[in-house]
Amino acid sequence: MTGGTMKMLLFLFWGFLFSAVSQAQEIPTAPSRGQPWPMPMSYKAGGQLNTIDAATFRFATQGNDCDILREAYIRYREAAFKQHSERLLVVGPLRFRQNNLRFMQQLRGQENALLQQLSVQVSTPCEGRIYPSLESDESYALDVSGGQATLKAQEVWGALWGLETFVQLVYTTNSGEFVVNDTSITDKPRFVHRGMLLDTGRHFLPKRTLLQNLDAMAQNKLNVFHWHIVDDPSFPYESRAFPELSNKGSFYPGSHIYTPSDIQEIIEFARLRGIRVMAEFDTPGHARSWEEGQKGFLSECYSGGTRNGMYGPADPTKNSTFTFLKEFFTEVASVFPDQYIHVGGDEVNFTCWQSNPAVGDFMQKMGFGDNYAKLEEYYMQNLLDIINSLGRGYMIWQEVIDNGAKVREDTVVGVWKWRNFSWSDEMARMTEQGYKVVLSACWYLSRISYGEDWKTYYACDPYSFKGTDAQKSLVMGGELAMWGEYVDDTNVLPLSWPRGSAVAERLWSPQDVNSPVLAEPRLVEQRCRMVRRGIPAQPISGAGGCPEEFGGN
Amino acid sequence: MVEGSRKMVSLLFVLSLFSALSAAKLSVTPTKGVPWPMPMDYKTTGKQNTVDAASFRFTTRSVECDILLDAYVRYREAIFGRNADRFHAMRQSPKFVQMFSQEGDIGEVSVDVSKPCQGSYPSLESDESYSLSVANGQVMISAQEVWGALWGLETFVQLVYKSDTGEYVVNDTIISDKPRFAHRGLLLDTSRHFLSTRILLRNLDAMAQNKLNVFHWHIVDDQSFPYESMAFPELSNKGSYFPESQVYTPTDVAEVIEFARLRGIRVVAEFDSPGHTQSWGLGQKGFLTECYSGEKPDGSYGPADPTLNTTFPFLKQFFAEVASVFPDQYIHLGGDEVSFTCWQSNPVIKDFMQKMSYGTNYAKLEGYYMQNLLDIINSLKRGYIIWQEVIDNGAKVRPDTVVEVWKGGWEEEMEKVTKQGYKTLLASCWYLNDISYGSDWTTYYTCDPQKFNGTDAQKALVMGGELAMWGEYVDDTNVLSRLWPRASAVAERLWSPKDVNFPLVAQPRLIEQRCRMIRRGIPAEPVTGPGTCPVEYREP
Repeated sequence: MTGGTMKMLLFLFWGFLFSAVSQAQEIPTAPSRGQPWPMPMSYKAGGQLNTIDAATFRFATQGNDCDILREAYIRYREAAFKQHSERLLVVGPLRFRQNNLRFMQQLRGQENALLQQLSVQVSTPCEGRIYPSLESDESYALDVSGGQATLKAQEVWGALWGLETFVQLVYTTNSGEFVVNDTSITDKPRFVHRGMLLDTGRHFLPKRTLLQNLDAMAQNKLNVFHWHIVDDPSFPYESRAFPELSNKGSFYPGSHIYTPSDIQEIIEFARLRGIRVMAEFDTPGHARSWEEGQKGFLSECYSGGTRNGMYGPADPTKNSTFTFLKEFFTEVASVFPDQYIHVGGDEVNFTCWQSNPAVGDFMQKMGFGDNYAKLEEYYMQNLLDIINSLGRGYMIWQEVIDNGAKVREDTVVGVWKWRNFSWSDEMARMTEQGYKVVLSACWYLSRISYGEDWKTYYACDPYSFKGTDAQKSLVMGGELAMWGEYVDDTNVLPLSWPRGSAVAERLWSPQDVNSPVLAEPRLVEQRCRMVRRGIPAQPISGAGGCPEEFGGN
Repeated sequence: MVEGSRKMVSLLFVLSLFSALSAAKLSVTPTKGVPWPMPMDYKTTGKQNTVDAASFRFTTRSVECDILLDAYVRYREAIFGRNADRFHAMRQSPKFVQMFSQEGDIGEVSVDVSKPCQGSYPSLESDESYSLSVANGQVMISAQEVWGALWGLETFVQLVYKSDTGEYVVNDTIISDKPRFAHRGLLLDTSRHFLSTRILLRNLDAMAQNKLNVFHWHIVDDQSFPYESMAFPELSNKGSYFPESQVYTPTDVAEVIEFARLRGIRVVAEFDSPGHTQSWGLGQKGFLTECYSGEKPDGSYGPADPTLNTTFPFLKQFFAEVASVFPDQYIHLGGDEVSFTCWQSNPVIKDFMQKMSYGTNYAKLEGYYMQNLLDIINSLKRGYIIWQEVIDNGAKVRPDTVVEVWKGGWEEEMEKVTKQGYKTLLASCWYLNDISYGSDWTTYYTCDPQKFNGTDAQKALVMGGELAMWGEYVDDTNVLSRLWPRASAVAERLWSPKDVNFPLVAQPRLIEQRCRMIRRGIPAEPVTGPGTCPVEYREP
């Protein structure tokens, strides 16, 4: 049933596409109309239209009500009805109009039902400050038929995604009416962890942009904001216990920091959209900026027996290191409510440790020989124990496991090494050891290239490794990564969207929704929809135009 | 002396670079108050002059005109930020002066232009040279023509920076400057995606900040026809993506041209034909060649149809309008990538080929079309820029024709074109739409348009170059951040002396330029790795 309907729909897309292609070689892809992105698990749409009167339409809660729903109604009313420019759709360009005409001819003679409300039923109470988690039930069912529309979900998180889907089904006819096709959807995500990494250590991103990006994530049903908040170049996290970290370690402490209230606002904004905020404080490598405000945290590097003024990874030989980390991460755990803290652990360079005599002595004392991976493991083990004592789970980069640290059973391992397609072996190895994994190796969106690279992201399936079903079930999902070397407030949103949408569909939709040719018309619609809703999503499928172009924030 | 002082400055840059690296801070320390592009002759000392914000003004020494007056308003804002005028008015109030007035060294910048400039347009022959001196609180900009004065003002504003104590300061400086190339262009393609007028204007501002002086407006193409023609309104009614919102009305076009003129920027419109014209066919029936499958037209269209007697009268009327709308001496006629497949399929074309005894050499038919078009433009007393294929195919063109080289193997092509005595422009190295990961600006920076085999006379025919931002993957959402400051690298190549060509030395200055552009409202993206600007970008 599910497969069948989807195939029927895919067939319709083909029709659209060919009609566009045959007109001329370089003619833009005609977008779909009122089709959701990412594609639901089961999606059935009929030709019968339901008309919506924007002035009187309402969302009606049946049963459990809460702040998350009420806030969502306000957002989604605006998303559905604002900024649709009726005149444009009436007069649109010839090739769009021809498609519309054909479409309208099919509908001629049909009487549209009036859709007055969407009734929303959530089974589990959602009042109070509840947060999404790795265990959230995100499923929902949405039915629109004969002037009736119902959205049902076990938890409010599913209801949020159902509302997003509903709003994506609304489009404008040639005569300027808001309509929804009769539609029946049963939906739930393929993967529970659908993340996006932003790096605020290499370039600062203002709060305003992070919030805008959370909106964009919600429009694509991504549910984890992986906040790589600090790194070598800067430390913009303002710590209450250690204010010198950002005073000394940020680019500009007067403006380029995240204050406790900024962070609170971001977490709340995300919560209301069903998005987890997982902070990453990467150590022992990538920690250069920590030293500015926390003297003695890093190993001092030596050249020929004397200090050379350079610093390496965190210094695991001092007790003060772990005392500091305990206090620091206690604060982090109080600031970030998510069950998981990302503790990094990637790319630890041993050169500096090797040069430092105190580290050498410690290695000998511990019986590590000259195996510095053991020292790294020693550091990580201590850190993981601290996080464990705080009652939090942790996410780590793959190196930590590669180096043999013992970690909690519920640890999530991020697989990121993308060279030589080594990630599938790594996924097999990690899941064989029973660890949960999250893949980001094929979704380094910061590595830009010319043309339609979204197809590469779209084609990468996290199950593409050799392993048993049990191993596959340990794949929690994936993350797209927008590392910050060449990205800041000037370009982060257009570079992320809608390229990130390709990843979002891979992580949400069934495995067999994987043809870029079929996805393209829907992706073009999704981009224009995002542009209309205020996200500067860049063109990614060649020439074309959106009815409403981006007009700034 | 000239060389010496520049090398000294370069050495200082290298030193500052190393000191940054040794501190293990990852970002390169940007310069402070150093101009981009680098002037021909730039001499500066560490002696600071403070700018007296309260009394600061630009004064015209001799010739006054609209261009200068408008520039003074802009450049006051560029120094002191938005709302500078309102703030200025407030500062002029006696009470304010009494309360806050600080004696600064620099109270005025005097501008001396020799030739009358009211209402004038920049051209390929403009004199863009200027000299600028800052010493003992005196600032003097002198130029033969207003165009030089504009660049002098831009340079002056770039010399202003904030001291550690937050004051506006300028170091003692002596500059004697003129561009290496007269044509320093930027191509935007408004057909594959529409770009709003608002964005075009902001891009002109960005161009002026980098002393680029030609906006090559690739205004229409296969995909859409956003130019609203007064004589042929159906062209945009039918051929634009959305005729009510995604067209350039005559008012829009006039606004763009005026905005550009006030910044010393020429607007060269390109109406590319006979290929790249699918969108023309929607509003001008019969303009394009009908393609055949077997005996019948198959509903698709090829290049413009040179065999119909309606084609050239239409073009004559159309380009007469274009010439009246765009004041620049040059019109860009395209002429690139003409596919012969459709012509070959069409029986009427075949007959025509026979009649003209072209045999099966369709390049001759293309030459015939271009020759007719060039004659039309000639009769309108305009010069033309064409893509290299037109010359490759052997059309006869006016001696003042500018040939734009865009294909790979540009060195051989430049050699060939200049050997035939044509002026030439290089675009091949600067396809900025073709993005790749990392600091690709260094590649653009190191491409030199005179690096081909040829005599000095041939080299002298190189008018300059253009960077191209073709529109397949850019629109309002990303065009500015994708252009800048990558385009700044090209701008310096086209303005500064040939030997200013070391990316490592340029980098600290490029970072300052990026941050300066951001402060002035352009979303210039990071291109040199991790780092920051004191003021981050905000959407206006």
